[in-house]
Amino acid sequence: MKSLFGIVIAAVAVTSMTSMARADSAPAVVQVNIFNYKFDPETLTVPVGTTVTWTNKDEIPHTVASTDKSFKDSPGLDTGDSYSYKFTQAGTYSYYCTLHPFMKGKVVVTAAP
Amino acid sequence: MRKTDRGGDKLKDSERRKLLTCMAWAGGGLLWTMKSGVLSAKTLDGVAGAADADFSFIQISDTHVGFHQAANPDVLATLQNAIGHVNGLGRAPSFVLHTGDVSHLSKPDQFDTAQQYFKGIKADNWFYTPGEHDVIGDGGAEFFKRFGGGVNGKGYYSFDYRGMHCLCLVNVLDFQNGSLVTLGDEQLEWVEKDLKHVSSSTPILVFAHIPLWTVYEPWGWGTADAPRLYTYLRRFGSVTVLNGHIHQIQQKIEGNMTFYTARGTAYPQPQPGAAPSPGPLTVPAGQLGSYLGIREVHHVDIKGPLAVTDTSLAI
Repeated sequence: MKSLFGIVIAAVAVTSMTSMARADSAPAVVQVNIFNYKFDPETLTVPVGTTVTWTNKDEIPHTVASTDKSFKDSPGLDTGDSYSYKFTQAGTYSYYCTLHPFMKGKVVVTAAP
Repeated sequence: MRKTDRGGDKLKDSERRKLLTCMAWAGGGLLWTMKSGVLSAKTLDGVAGAADADFSFIQISDTHVGFHQAANPDVLATLQNAIGHVNGLGRAPSFVLHTGDVSHLSKPDQFDTAQQYFKGIKADNWFYTPGEHDVIGDGGAEFFKRFGGGVNGKGYYSFDYRGMHCLCLVNVLDFQNGSLVTLGDEQLEWVEKDLKHVSSSTPILVFAHIPLWTVYEPWGWGTADAPRLYTYLRRFGSVTVLNGHIHQIQQKIEGNMTFYTARGTAYPQPQPGAAPSPGPLTVPAGQLGSYLGIREVHHVDIKGPLAVTDTSLAI
């Protein structure tokens, strides 16, 4: 019990350190907003293991579809719906909205340090 | 023609002029006739042609059953209003064309609800083409199951109606990253074959969801391989092309071909490039009806052009 308490203290200490240290240990979920027929940010760079969550803030449904089928497509996202995908391999993942193919985005997944 | 609430005396003259211009653009019930490639418009009062037409049909589009946002919180009410307009036209249409986006999210219950409402229109036949909102996630399986799968289950087909040859085309199944949608080679080859046995004097009606001419490329309002379609249509004397998708009336003449887009019954969208995105347009209270509508098409002469009447849903 005592040692578990010590780990909790250590975790708190890590999360209160610099942003660099936080990036290594924080639960890796990054948001992409879909608004005004755009993915925001259009290009997102994250380390391996990051879960990206897209949330549709438009009044119109959108989708997130991999250009080269390298990750699983979302279903149709109604207003307020979200879709998450965990990227476990480094690489560049281009995607678009199948309903509005002029909407394009990219996730750049960097290798673990 | 029904009138729209003009906002009483609260509007300044400049604002009133602006609003009236906007209403004229919205149509508000005009008969479009085409002679020798020239379009002319008349109000519905004292219209000649409609009464002595051989037959007429209705185009209804973009019902978006399932949409529930600020631009129209009750799309079933406006659909019901549209149905009331059709049944109030005086005579039953020969058939109804739905040019796509029956549903908002391709959900079975949205299709089922739409079908129940469509039964309220007194017409013998319905013809459908899907919109991109009808094929989300399943390539149109639920849509085709209910509304017909056409050739090889891919949704396109042709039919003849009293001397007119009609092509129902599908341009919502081939979206590619960053580019305009296409009809695709397979469908275009089928069109070429289908038209081979049709005489050049036969009036042709083509319908599809997304405009078969480029209305506004940055918003995807066009079909990349439509020019190839034109090569099969050029030899005909009269070709009328009806589309939906952009929730507003636009028209264009190119040689023997006249293109029209229709209003929807659900919500308006901005004019091309007039807003940061093509998202639903929320209009002032009381004006929604003048941005929504149905279209009646009269076949006046068996070898002549079709006459198109757009009716707004303004109360």
